[in-house]
Amino acid sequence: MRTDWLAHSILCAGVLLFALPVWLALAGSTQPADVIARGEWSLVPDLHGLGIYADVLRNGGPGVTPLWRMLLVSFGMALAIALGKIAISVLSAYAVAFFRWPGRRLAFWVIFLTLMLPVEVRIIPTYSVMAGLGLINSFTGLTLPLVASATATLLFRQVFLAVPDELMEAARMDGAGPWRFLRDILLPVSAPNLAALFVILFVYGWNQYLWPLLVATDPRLDTVVIGIVKMIGSEVQTEWNRVMAAAVLALLPPVAVVLLMQRWFVKGLAEGDK
Amino acid sequence: MERRTIFPGRLLPVLLAAPQIALTAVFFLWPAGQAMWFSAARQDAFGLRTEFVGFENFSDLLADPLYRDSAGRTAVFCVLVAALSMGVALLLAVFADREIRGRAAYRTLLIWPYAIAPAVAAVLWILVLHPQVGLLGRWLNRHGIAWDYRLRDAQAMSVVVLASAWKQVSYDFIFFLAGLQAIPRTVTEAARMDGARGWRRFRTITLPLLAPTVLFLLVVNLVYAAFDTFGTVQALTGGGPGKATETLVVKVYRDGVVNLDLGSSSAQSVLLMGAVIALTALQFRVLGRRSAD
Amino acid sequence: MKRRTLIAGAAALGLHSRARAQAGRARVVFWHAMNGALNDEVNRICAAFNAAQADAEVVPVFKGTYPETLTAAIAAWRAGQAPHLVQMYEVGTGSMLAAGPAVKQTWQLIQESGIAIDPAAYIGAVRGYYSLPDGRLASMPFNSSTSVMWLNADALERAGLDPAKPPATWPEVIAAAQAVRAKSAAPTAATTSWFPWIQLEQFAAMHDLPFATKANGFEGLDTALLVNAPPFVKQLDRILAMAKEGTFRYAGRDIAPDPLFYSGEAAISFNSSGSRADIVKNAKFRWLEAPLPYDPELTAAPINSIIGGASLWTMTAPGRTPAEYKGVAQFLAFIAQPARDAEWHQNTGYVPVTLAGYEESKRQGYYDKNPGADVPIKQLTRGTVTPNSRGFRLGRMPELRNIVYEEVERALQGQQGAQAALDSVVSRGNRVLREFERANRA
Repeated sequence: MRTDWLAHSILCAGVLLFALPVWLALAGSTQPADVIARGEWSLVPDLHGLGIYADVLRNGGPGVTPLWRMLLVSFGMALAIALGKIAISVLSAYAVAFFRWPGRRLAFWVIFLTLMLPVEVRIIPTYSVMAGLGLINSFTGLTLPLVASATATLLFRQVFLAVPDELMEAARMDGAGPWRFLRDILLPVSAPNLAALFVILFVYGWNQYLWPLLVATDPRLDTVVIGIVKMIGSEVQTEWNRVMAAAVLALLPPVAVVLLMQRWFVKGLAEGDK
Repeated sequence: MERRTIFPGRLLPVLLAAPQIALTAVFFLWPAGQAMWFSAARQDAFGLRTEFVGFENFSDLLADPLYRDSAGRTAVFCVLVAALSMGVALLLAVFADREIRGRAAYRTLLIWPYAIAPAVAAVLWILVLHPQVGLLGRWLNRHGIAWDYRLRDAQAMSVVVLASAWKQVSYDFIFFLAGLQAIPRTVTEAARMDGARGWRRFRTITLPLLAPTVLFLLVVNLVYAAFDTFGTVQALTGGGPGKATETLVVKVYRDGVVNLDLGSSSAQSVLLMGAVIALTALQFRVLGRRSAD
Repeated sequence: MKRRTLIAGAAALGLHSRARAQAGRARVVFWHAMNGALNDEVNRICAAFNAAQADAEVVPVFKGTYPETLTAAIAAWRAGQAPHLVQMYEVGTGSMLAAGPAVKQTWQLIQESGIAIDPAAYIGAVRGYYSLPDGRLASMPFNSSTSVMWLNADALERAGLDPAKPPATWPEVIAAAQAVRAKSAAPTAATTSWFPWIQLEQFAAMHDLPFATKANGFEGLDTALLVNAPPFVKQLDRILAMAKEGTFRYAGRDIAPDPLFYSGEAAISFNSSGSRADIVKNAKFRWLEAPLPYDPELTAAPINSIIGGASLWTMTAPGRTPAEYKGVAQFLAFIAQPARDAEWHQNTGYVPVTLAGYEESKRQGYYDKNPGADVPIKQLTRGTVTPNSRGFRLGRMPELRNIVYEEVERALQGQQGAQAALDSVVSRGNRVLREFERANRA
């Protein structure tokens, strides 16, 4: 195979474009905060400064709980959102795609219309709903409103509609009821989509900012993204090295999920897009 | 699109859909209804005094030249972000689709940034571009280029466009790559036999076959640029200098959350909802056409 | 395995808050916007209060930036879940005063709880900002700063200036900046943080100029901006001229310009007195703190500057008990103690809000060890507080500042002159004030 220099150089440039800011964060995290604030830091990490990672994980930063704790909250939240959303949207998409029932179209359009309501507009009303339900400052309150959005339902509907009629006819010949069909046929067939959606929703949950900030008043419910913003001072000088270390650590879990599930993620996305 | 075969039963599907519908009602319909009501009212921040004003909030907005400017700016911003992220992603995808060594590694290295949080992405770009703290920003200033995105409209706009587009390239890349791989090799081989080369082959064969993906991504990118870039813009420029980077969502946030003008911000939200619904409808048409292909 | 860990984690998180409410103690929730090292300091004060008595327990909670805290407090009040105490930035004072039954003003709290807090103990410029026109305290002064001029002594010396005699007036500042530039003593001669607050609001107060009608809004919601009057135009013109000749550099909004001074790049910086701790930590050069300059053509004796920072508001909620309000009052009385005030002042860099806290710090020798640290207090207590130097009572003040930023940034880019920029501020600002008035009329 002849080496395709053009392709290599363009792809390398792309890789660099993505890696550079993260590399800077990595390099910056190992250098003293005041050096960064003065803009006198360098591109080369100072290996002696790597201790900051253990420090941040164990002690957090000024005014925030230890990072391991925030990472755990973020992980729990992302997982709960991803699994919760997949569960309810698989069921509702199943109902919309494989059944006829009164109000089906209405339900579908209601879900569809609320697809992407900007979060700023419903913050105050949503908060009052949560307060009424007594869910402020709880893990449920943190996750439940984020489980509600309709994107996953619409995606599964597309996937389910694409399942060949023959498959279902065959299953019904075998005497399979709705539950068995869902469990034994539909879910295995849609596995790549489930995996893809899991990745997307995990990343979505992990990256939330505005809602967790508003609904969780207990610092023990702080997610790592909240923690990073807390560490960027609005009134005091920022300890940039801690912020950068926290940013690097906050990147790792979602990146790991994307990379570990890369195969299904890419395949599922490509197939779901029909 | 409808299925020919279905399961019988009426109660089961209602039960299956119930959790989704309940959540949607509680967390979307109810708040959206409140937003509609607020948009027709004038109310103080604490909700102590409410006055029904009909469409006054809307007519004030539409008569405000600053709002119209903001809408125009948002359109420009969205088009720039979509063009930049899709252009870069398509370029990378075309080359990652070639038979070259280390293809899998390249793909992995181009996909992972999908996982970066917008808030974190903004922090990363501050480290690069800030005129004092950022390494590139300092370098530019040292070499006689007056780089300061906090006082130059055009620089500010390019910074927010760059940071917003950067975050979206991975996503577009995944779709373009999938789209390219779905093109049967026989088609491109046939074109090669016919003597179509390089750019011409791409333009006459690949691009038309990729059109559905382009259309789909265009809608997704426009929606992303219009709504999901709030954190990035807010962290980088806060909408300034002047109003140079104030998009509609930044304005909603400022009027609603900082300025506590519920009536106007709700009216803006309702207008944005209309835009989202229009864009989503467009997306569905595109999606629908794709499945028909 | 993962699932079990998670469930355990979630359970621990959920149970935690309930376990903390101890029997018999009134629980006082305190929302604040102090992050970083200041957050630690708030936690320390609350812990000290909790250890000092057994009636109430204060639970401090960080709620994000000031605007985020305000939004959260409003959303919580509307949902009947407001915190007992919320920290509100000074420019939110107008909004909170219009909040009617949502807040219990400090004078009322004092009256009901019987806990004595004497308004006269507070520094006039601090008290004035948070008081009703008749002198009753509406909210509790907490973290206050004012703005000062920071000078890089090394750079001034390189420019052939005597750091012992810092420039006191604007012409002197301009001359010093020109000397710095002529001798290349520093890459940037002068810069400013918090442009609207320092260059216009403080300017108005110190020169006893009205910023808005109706005593800067203290006497009614039907107030209108006066900030396009000639003295303000002259002030903005001065800064635009400096920017043009290269002796002033605009480096962004709020605290964005701070690093310019810390890094030694700027010789002169106008900034909050609260940045002292950061300067101590970061500056690798000799520096000094001086009063803000004044315009000698307007006055020979500038009066007090105004404060920045935030105060504490007591909020209401259904079912809130007298014991809880009493706990709030006890906490407010606790932090007002001279020793506490002095400690907060010295640990954070904010000014002492009480005269006794200032005296206490003096007695402890704090200002001998930290020369210049009393400049802000001296500037705040200079002259007699007038209706023009009491502070501001304007609705949607954050938006007004935002408008100033936008118009000044356009002027700095040469898109408009000083008069046009300030005319724009007035016309746009008055629209905001009218909208606030209509929304808040009883």
